[in-house]
Amino acid sequence: MTAGAARQRAAPAAGIAVLLAAVAVFPLVFTNATVTNFAVVTLIFVACASAWNLFSGYCGYLSLGHAVFFGTGAYVTGIAARDWQVAGNGVFGLLPLAAAAAAVLAVPLGLIALRVRRHTFVVITIAYFFIAQLAASNLAVTGGSSGLLAPAPGYAAATFNNPFYYVALVLAAGTVALSWAIRRSVLGLHLRAIRDDEDRAAGLGVRVTAAKLTAFAVSGLITGAAGGLWFYFLGQAYPQFAFDPLFDLAVVLMAFFGGLGTVAGPVLGALVLEPAQLYLTLQFTNGYLSEILLGLLLLVVLRFLPRGVLPTAAEQWARAWAARQRAAGRGPAPPDGVPAAGSPPAGGQQAGEVPAGGPPVSGAGS
Amino acid sequence: MTAALRAEAVSRAFGGVQALSDCTLTAAAGQITGLIGPNGSGKTTLFNILTGYERADSGEVFLSRARITGAAPHRVFGLGVGRTFQLTRIFPRLTVLENMLVPARPPPRPGRWRPLAGAGSAAQRRRAAELLEFTGIAGHAGALAGTLSYGQRKLLELACVLIADPAVVLLDEPAGGVNPTLITHLAARIRDLNAAGTTFLIVEHNMDFVMGLCDQVTVLNYGTVVAAGPPQEIRADPRVLDAYLGGAGDGSAGG
Repeated sequence: MTAGAARQRAAPAAGIAVLLAAVAVFPLVFTNATVTNFAVVTLIFVACASAWNLFSGYCGYLSLGHAVFFGTGAYVTGIAARDWQVAGNGVFGLLPLAAAAAAVLAVPLGLIALRVRRHTFVVITIAYFFIAQLAASNLAVTGGSSGLLAPAPGYAAATFNNPFYYVALVLAAGTVALSWAIRRSVLGLHLRAIRDDEDRAAGLGVRVTAAKLTAFAVSGLITGAAGGLWFYFLGQAYPQFAFDPLFDLAVVLMAFFGGLGTVAGPVLGALVLEPAQLYLTLQFTNGYLSEILLGLLLLVVLRFLPRGVLPTAAEQWARAWAARQRAAGRGPAPPDGVPAAGSPPAGGQQAGEVPAGGPPVSGAGS
Repeated sequence: MTAALRAEAVSRAFGGVQALSDCTLTAAAGQITGLIGPNGSGKTTLFNILTGYERADSGEVFLSRARITGAAPHRVFGLGVGRTFQLTRIFPRLTVLENMLVPARPPPRPGRWRPLAGAGSAAQRRRAAELLEFTGIAGHAGALAGTLSYGQRKLLELACVLIADPAVVLLDEPAGGVNPTLITHLAARIRDLNAAGTTFLIVEHNMDFVMGLCDQVTVLNYGTVVAAGPPQEIRADPRVLDAYLGGAGDGSAGG
C-alpha cells in the first residue's frame, strides 16, 4: 500500500519534470519563428485560461469580462514603458505592475458584480468589458483609437521569440502551479462549495464574499500580467484588440473543452485550441473561418463532452479498467483513487447500529 | 432556565402576507425544543431569521445574552449556531469528506497567514471521520455527496453542522421523508448530543418524533405562537388540537 501510494505520488511528479524539461528545450529544438511565435501566444493563453478557471471554474461565476484585465495589463505596460521610457528586458520588469493594476481594478469590479449571481453576474461582466473598451478608445492617456506602440525589444531576428517564450513559460507554469495549490487549499474547497450551494456555504461559516473576491483578484492579477506580455510581444495595443470579446470566448472555450474546474483542463484546452486557431488564421486569410470552426467545435464539445475532455476521458478510462478487471475475474473493484458510487456501505462495521449504507436507507427517498 | 437562543417579538411580512407577527420563541440551554405548526405557519421563516438568512421587520434575536439580530449567516454559524435545511442541502460535487471539511475552520493563529495551506488538517480529518462514524455514513467518505441517498444526505448535513461543535443546533424537518428505522437512529443521535450539552431547536411534522424527543414544544399558527410548554401539556391543549392536530393527534399531520 505504501509502495503503491509512493508510486502514485512519484508518477505525476516525474511526468511534470519530463514535461517541464521538454517545454524548456522546445525553442532550441523548434527554431522556426512561426512555431515559436505560436508557442508564445499559446503559453500566454495557458496562463489566461488557467487564471479564468481558478475563479470561474472553481466558484461557478462565469466571467465574460476577463478581457478587461488582459487589456488593462496591456495598456499599463504600454503607458509605463512610454512615459518612463523603459525598453529592452526592462519592459518585462513592468509586468508585476501590470498584474498589480489589474488586481487592484478587480477589487471594486468584484465588489459590485459579485453581489449578484448567475446570468446577472455574466451580464455585468460583459458591461465591464464594453466600458473598458470605450474608455481605451476615448482617453488621451491610452492613445485613443490609434492605440499604443511598444518599444522595440531589439532582439536578434533568429531568436527573437525566445525571451518572450521563457517569460511566458514562467507565467504559464506559475499559474498552473498556483491553480493546483488553490484547488487543494481551504480557499479552493470554499470556492467549490460556493459553486455547489453558496447559501449553504455561508451557513457553514464560509466567508463567501472574501473567498470569491480573492479568487477574482488573483485571476485578474495573472490575466493582467499575461496582457502586458502579450502587448510587448505583439508590439502594439489597440482598443478593439487589447479589449477583445473573442479573448473572453477563447478562454471560456478552452476551460470548457478541457474540463471546467479542473487544473489540467484549461491547459489542455489552450494547448489544443490556440495553435489550432492560429494555424487556421494563417492558412485561411479570411479570419472568420477559424472563428466559425471554433464555434462549431464549442457546439460539439457542449453536445458530446459537456463536462470537458479530461473528466469524460477519466470516467471512460475508469469504466474500461473496471470492465477489464471484471473480465480478468478479479472482482468489480474500481481502481485506486476513483470514488465510486458503489463503495462499501458502513453497515458491516457497525453491529447494533442502523446500517446507514444498507437497504433501509437506500429506500428512504422513495 | 437560561435561553441559549431566543427570538423576541419577531415580525416579518412578505408583501401582504404576515409570515410572523410578534413571535417570541426560546430554545432553553441544554434542552431540546420542538417547533410545530401547520404548513405555512412561519416555522422556516423563523429559522431563517434566527440564522441570519432573512431579516426581521421588527424584533430581536439573542444568542445567550448577546444580541445577534441581523448578523450574516457565516457570523451566526461562527458564534455557535448550526442549522440544517428542510430540503436537504449538501455540496453534491464534493466528496462526503470534503463536505465535512467545508465548515471545519482552522483555529486562528495570529501572525500566521497561510492562505494556501491544504484543506483539512490531520486533526480535522480525524474529527470528520469520527462524526461520519457517529452518524453512520463513514463507509461513504470518499464518494461524491451527490451519490448519497436522501436519508444519507440528511445524516451528512447533520454531521457537517456538528464538526464546528455548535452550542445550538437547529434542525428543519430532520425526519421528513426518512424511513422509520433511520428516524429512530436520528433521534438516538440527537439524544446523545443533547446529553453532551448541545441545545436543539427542531421543526418537525412527525408528532411521535417531536413528543418523544422534545423537552419543550412551541406551536405556531398563522405566524403567531399559540402555545408553548412540555409535550404532554401541548398534546392536551385544546388550542393546539384545534389549530394543528385536527382534534385527533394521529401523528401524521401536515406533509
